[in-house]
Amino acid sequence: MARVHFVPAAGTLTAYLTGEIDHHAAQVLRREIDAQIDTRLPELLTLDLAGVTFMDSSGVGLILGRSRRIGALGGQLTVQGAPTNVRRMLDLAHITYV
Amino acid sequence: MPRAKPLNHTRILFTSRSVNEAFARAALAAFLVQLDPTVPQLADIKTAVSEAVTNCIVHAYPGTLGPIQMDISLFEGDVVRIVIRDNGVGIADIPKAMEPLFTTGDPEERAGLGFAVMQSFMDTVRVASRPGHGTRVTLVRRLDRRA
Repeated sequence: MARVHFVPAAGTLTAYLTGEIDHHAAQVLRREIDAQIDTRLPELLTLDLAGVTFMDSSGVGLILGRSRRIGALGGQLTVQGAPTNVRRMLDLAHITYV
Repeated sequence: MPRAKPLNHTRILFTSRSVNEAFARAALAAFLVQLDPTVPQLADIKTAVSEAVTNCIVHAYPGTLGPIQMDISLFEGDVVRIVIRDNGVGIADIPKAMEPLFTTGDPEERAGLGFAVMQSFMDTVRVASRPGHGTRVTLVRRLDRRA
């Protein structure tokens, strides 16, 4: 079970993700994040993964899909706060993070 | 692939609903408790199994539901084997399916990394498939004893 809550600021939007991100959870998270992107049109979307306890390659697909979506709207995506086990997955997919 | 009789074995059957990805990981974790795995070891094996189960849900039974069978066995020397079977559409070209970034799913949302993750996190990954009959994925990992 994964959750996301959003903290908007001037031109930016931070999505705090928690729980287990698998294919099941990614479908729900995708809809929630895309709704926020389309409403707020942030220049910078930050995905904060500090509260993520599990992530498989569905999470990679989620990140890459959101990056494409916000890129098409002229914005940027960054990933922050990934715990060690999530970093292994990001490294495997060559996704950079702060 | 261990040939000896397993020390312990369990079989779990479930339907290819995506909510069961979490169930499969929880069942696996419960079985592995007897080995007292480290956190990274447990994370690796859970991730590999999650990828295999997701493949069944997304690719084996596209737009429909079907059965998934997971056999977990423990062998001498702390070797764990997980076999995940489906009766779905099968894979015509296994080497192609296992290429990183290749996916027959939605390329906007699927990374095509499932088999690459399994190969990275497990010692052995074997795939057998018959188009129209189903696929069997075998994952093997030896756990190192805690120091």
